[in-house]
Amino acid sequence: MTTISAPPTDVGTPVPAPRRPRPGGTRGRGSGRFVFLCLLPALVLFVVFMIVPTVNVFRTSLYAWSGFSPDPRFVGFENFARLLDDQQFIRAFQNTVALLVVVTVVTMGVALFLAAVMTRQRMRGRTFYRFVLYVPSVLSVVVIAAIFSAVYDQENGLINGTLQALSLENLEQVWLGDQQIVLYSVAFAMVWQSIGYYMVLYMSSMSVVPEELYEAAALDGASSVTQFFTITLPLIWQNLRTTLTFFIMSAVNLSFVLVVALTGGGPDGSSEVLLSYMYKQAYTNSTYGYGMAIGVVIFVFSFLVSLLVSRTTRREPLQF
Amino acid sequence: MTVHSSTRVRAGRLASHALVVAIALAIAVPVAWVLLASVKDKSEFYGSPWTLPDGLHLQNFVDAFVHAHMGAYFLTSVFVTALALVFVLAVSVPAAYVIARFDFRGKRIVETALLAGLFVNVNYIVVPIFLMLVGWDRALRELMPSGFFIDNPVVLSLVYAATSIPFTVYLLTAYFRSIPSDYEEAAALDGASRLTTMTRVMLPMARPAVTVVILFNFLAYWNDFIISLTLMPGDGKTLQVGLLNLFTAQKAAADYGRLYAGMVIVIVPVLLVYAFIQRRLIEGMAAGGVKG
Repeated sequence: MTTISAPPTDVGTPVPAPRRPRPGGTRGRGSGRFVFLCLLPALVLFVVFMIVPTVNVFRTSLYAWSGFSPDPRFVGFENFARLLDDQQFIRAFQNTVALLVVVTVVTMGVALFLAAVMTRQRMRGRTFYRFVLYVPSVLSVVVIAAIFSAVYDQENGLINGTLQALSLENLEQVWLGDQQIVLYSVAFAMVWQSIGYYMVLYMSSMSVVPEELYEAAALDGASSVTQFFTITLPLIWQNLRTTLTFFIMSAVNLSFVLVVALTGGGPDGSSEVLLSYMYKQAYTNSTYGYGMAIGVVIFVFSFLVSLLVSRTTRREPLQF
Repeated sequence: MTVHSSTRVRAGRLASHALVVAIALAIAVPVAWVLLASVKDKSEFYGSPWTLPDGLHLQNFVDAFVHAHMGAYFLTSVFVTALALVFVLAVSVPAAYVIARFDFRGKRIVETALLAGLFVNVNYIVVPIFLMLVGWDRALRELMPSGFFIDNPVVLSLVYAATSIPFTVYLLTAYFRSIPSDYEEAAALDGASRLTTMTRVMLPMARPAVTVVILFNFLAYWNDFIISLTLMPGDGKTLQVGLLNLFTAQKAAADYGRLYAGMVIVIVPVLLVYAFIQRRLIEGMAAGGVKG
């Protein structure tokens, strides 16, 4: 949610009751008009502001269009051919993949650890910790960027300032200005932002795992670590899979908004991600056709990765 | 259990609790630091970051509110967020109700399209939306030379509402389906019209889901900056874009006080809302997560 639009969780959805006959289906005249009038406004908005723009991403990608010239010129797949030779695009693609992997692995690991400790060990004050850990999920990306710009500030930042106070000057880094480091700095901010969100999701699915399973395992002498890997993890597997989809979406989207606000893609394109590069091509460069070709790549990429992840993580659902 | 292993268990437990506390601190300290820094005087920003402010230097807030126009931007954001919430509920509640309760031709297509819409993040399509609005303005140039669609807060709220329809309808539909239809049948027997049944019977019953929808959409609208940055490039800005400008200006002029005060102005309403409704927010999220 952190994220621009909330991820597609089915938040607050109770388990659907068994389907009953629908009252409207068999009702007499007038129900058609009612249905139509109820659907119309939502569908008009949805078509105009979501379907048409989505189709336009794909269509515009086949044109050369500077935005100011009146007529887009059809060029076929030329924009895509150019992408293959564009070093900056390749770098942005690599950065997106790197962030996807690093942020997902770290966030998932830390969030699972936190959730397990807070639910399994009945930690004192856990409501308070949950409150604190979830705070970044309600903050805007601009605020997070500003916070981290203060944390990473070269002279008076929280990190370097602390290192100076401890006389550890040799550990100081130019956190946002060093091409080797900047991507990790962005990744850290992303992890910081999303740990609480995933922790809450995992806590809720862990809390419904029956206590007897753990009691039985404890009698057999299984340690809490063993219990985690043999009981908790298999039983919340479906939940983990769902969150993997969110991770893919947020690696593409959160990284974009954060990079725009925090680093502007710099220094020298070293923290550019796919969406920020697309945005740049469209606005700074006014090469809309080329920008939209990047958009198509993003669509296809996130679709394929989601498909791949969903296929490779499929397991028989365990019942408890 | 032997004494040895129980000490080991206890040590492990202590270590993991300590780690939780450390992570919570890593989250809390930067936020608290910003809140504190907002009342620091200019000279206090240099030197150790751990010094507490000397006094309440509230001039920062005056600077942010008046000179940096954060007050005006705040009002724009309140307006846009509220209007977008009204829009999204006004169109999504009837649509979700109808999808949950009526059979009609093309229902499968509508449902599939909305489901697919869940995966189209607004960031992917903000450029074509912008180009479309520019095109509409161009077409209207004869009538309205200064443009209508770009830099229009109402249009911005409409775009917010439209792009959150898939999420909102999806969630509300699922909830409507879970409500037994006996209530509607009773209402129909009492002679209530379909519209009355929807607004007076079903909507109140769906309040938990509506609350969750409002919460998540509120956060999305209030916190967005990419869409408002793109669609409102003129002087009327939302709070987040205003903050982004302060942030960019500070990089050049090192005017930290204003920036931190601006951040506090942005953070505080959200933190207040969060503190009041956190249980509901987290439970709402949790319910979805379990089902996953």
